[in-house]
Amino acid sequence: MTITAIDCDVHPTCTGNDILLPYLDTYWRDSVEERGMGSLESAAYPPNAPITARPDFRGPNGYAATDAAQVTRQVCDRWGASHAILNCLYGVQLIYNEDIARAFARALNDWITKEWLDRDPRLRASIVIPMQNVEYAVDEIERCAPDKRFVQVLVLAMQETPLGRRHHWPIFAAAEKHGLPLGIHAGSNYRNPVTSLGWPTSYVEDYTSQAQGFQSQVASLITEGVFAKYPKLKVVLIESGVTWLPGFLWRFSKFWRGARTEVPWVDRSPSEIVRDNFRLTIQPFDSPSDPHDVERIVEHLRSDDMLLFSSDFPHWQFDGDERIPKGIPDGLRHKILVENPLATYDRLNGASLRESAS
Amino acid sequence: MNIEVRQPARAQKTRYGIVDCDIHPKLLIEDYRRHLSNQWWSHLQTYGLRPRHGYTKAYPMPKITPQAARRDAWPPTGGMPGSDLGFLREQLLDLYDMDYGILNPLQPTAQGDQNPEFSAAMATAANEQQVDKWTAREKRLKASVVVPYEHPEASVAEIRRRAGSKDFAQVFMLSRTSEAHGRRRYWPIYQAAVEAGLPVGIHVFGYAGWPLTNSGWPSFYIEEMTEHATGQQAVVASMIFEGLFEQYRDLKVVLIESGFGWLPALGWRLDKHWERMRDEVPHVKRPPSEYIREHFWVSTQPMEEAEDPEHVLDAMRWIGFDRILFASDYPHWDFDDPVLALPPSLTEEQRRAIYSGNAKKLYGLA
Repeated sequence: MTITAIDCDVHPTCTGNDILLPYLDTYWRDSVEERGMGSLESAAYPPNAPITARPDFRGPNGYAATDAAQVTRQVCDRWGASHAILNCLYGVQLIYNEDIARAFARALNDWITKEWLDRDPRLRASIVIPMQNVEYAVDEIERCAPDKRFVQVLVLAMQETPLGRRHHWPIFAAAEKHGLPLGIHAGSNYRNPVTSLGWPTSYVEDYTSQAQGFQSQVASLITEGVFAKYPKLKVVLIESGVTWLPGFLWRFSKFWRGARTEVPWVDRSPSEIVRDNFRLTIQPFDSPSDPHDVERIVEHLRSDDMLLFSSDFPHWQFDGDERIPKGIPDGLRHKILVENPLATYDRLNGASLRESAS
Repeated sequence: MNIEVRQPARAQKTRYGIVDCDIHPKLLIEDYRRHLSNQWWSHLQTYGLRPRHGYTKAYPMPKITPQAARRDAWPPTGGMPGSDLGFLREQLLDLYDMDYGILNPLQPTAQGDQNPEFSAAMATAANEQQVDKWTAREKRLKASVVVPYEHPEASVAEIRRRAGSKDFAQVFMLSRTSEAHGRRRYWPIYQAAVEAGLPVGIHVFGYAGWPLTNSGWPSFYIEEMTEHATGQQAVVASMIFEGLFEQYRDLKVVLIESGFGWLPALGWRLDKHWERMRDEVPHVKRPPSEYIREHFWVSTQPMEEAEDPEHVLDAMRWIGFDRILFASDYPHWDFDDPVLALPPSLTEEQRRAIYSGNAKKLYGLA
């Protein structure tokens, strides 16, 4: 079997803490019961909101993507992905108690391993880390990294402090050491309002403001000097909307030119650093209605290497089977589907992938 | 050693009758004295300005130059950049042969101050000063109505006080308010602006009391500057999703000093997700990008600079050449020189519109 497409953003759904009980120790199992800790589902994706699951993907209980077979049937069998990367968005990153965060992040990664990765060789996953405590986050990377089916470290777009801040750097050191990109996915731990003007009225404002979060993280990671320290670190912006990037870089690179004495460790233009170190998944693709304009905005990225295929299953980003946005040039399809993901995820290369795919 | 490389005459071969939509006059604390009551003057002397950050004198992110000013903008007569009308004429209005300039005063105007009554008194005083020291002496200059936006009733009173005056061209807010601009508490301000026939200019800066990013506080001035665009994205989204433009169909909003490269993608994003979730915001009747196209104007500075200049033209086309206003940001360090700032491949008609025509139409300038 050849590598036909690598779906870089698929969401396995954890419907509640009862799912994780077998992966928690006695103390936390008891706590779940005695304290009535039912669910850590995040407000970033309200279970019944349209974005959270396309209607035709939902099962009788309203949930979608609750087991490996459901996911592979859609993304692999129907949409032809030879491999899919699971990004679990269960809200263990939101809880204030860092002991809970550690225990539930571990349980989540173990659940992913046993109930997903072990059940289908086409699946890969991201390591969910408890950002509440950097030491615990690094421990979790170290614990999961020996399993090469974990191909990325997953964090949310909106954090307690900007990601580039130096206290996060041990996470980047561990990720770089193990050849794991840092995947930044839409979502928030809700330590800060989702806009810089406070809490919005509507959920649609919350969701659309994710794009602002990505802009801030790109600025933070670069200005703080992360790529001077960890030049091999790759960052994947997942479910970001994509088309905000060129205009953002015009502005960012201009201010860097004007005020770069403030950050002397940034010794080349942010636009160049982004082209070298950042990648973006293609769903959602916030596109103009005219396909010619889509082609133009793709040109504005000034690189054929940046876009990675994703269906964002089961999120409702497109109807039918239109997973590649209209207007993306045909000449880029193979790059987006196969070559760019392989160049981004070191662990998708080599024997492990080819064996599992055969 | 500083060497003066600027030629004395900067007027272009073709005369465009430039309207500069973002000039920052420096209002001086001592000039507030005669426009404030004894109580508020004493308050200002004793407790000072209290923006929603921690410093009494410093900015949380130090600027890249003193007063964020061009190094050559300090008047030879002494005083602060932007404080001397004669020098401003010499460096800006006369040098570039401008028809008009819009004054957008920043601190010490006390917009967004923690004390809303003090903010109201300071706003009135700032508006008096703009007339006394600037527009009464120089007819090419038009003032902006500084409003104490965290005190909507006082803001309405201030707008009504200036309505009909030829000295004022717009209502002036900052981009970082304590709630997003579309929220109901600010609607009386927009209503008063529409009644007065004035556009609402939203200039970047201010302190909301919230972190500059939705991940908390960034470290660097560069980030503060890039975050101005993300802040304006929240402004636009809020105004649209709250249904503001269904209520105030004549409301015109000018986004100042936030650039414009981000606006097309924001429109596409809002459209896409509005389409999916419009049941949540039934008062939003049309695709968000249509409201953007009808109700928003953008100023050019800091002019977008792409690696491929043609890409900036794409963004201008997507926004609409009739919605883009030239601005220099004088006397700040990132000043855009009118002779050099616009992309050379614009057509003559587009240049005229951006330099002059769009602003004259929007602000009702002859």
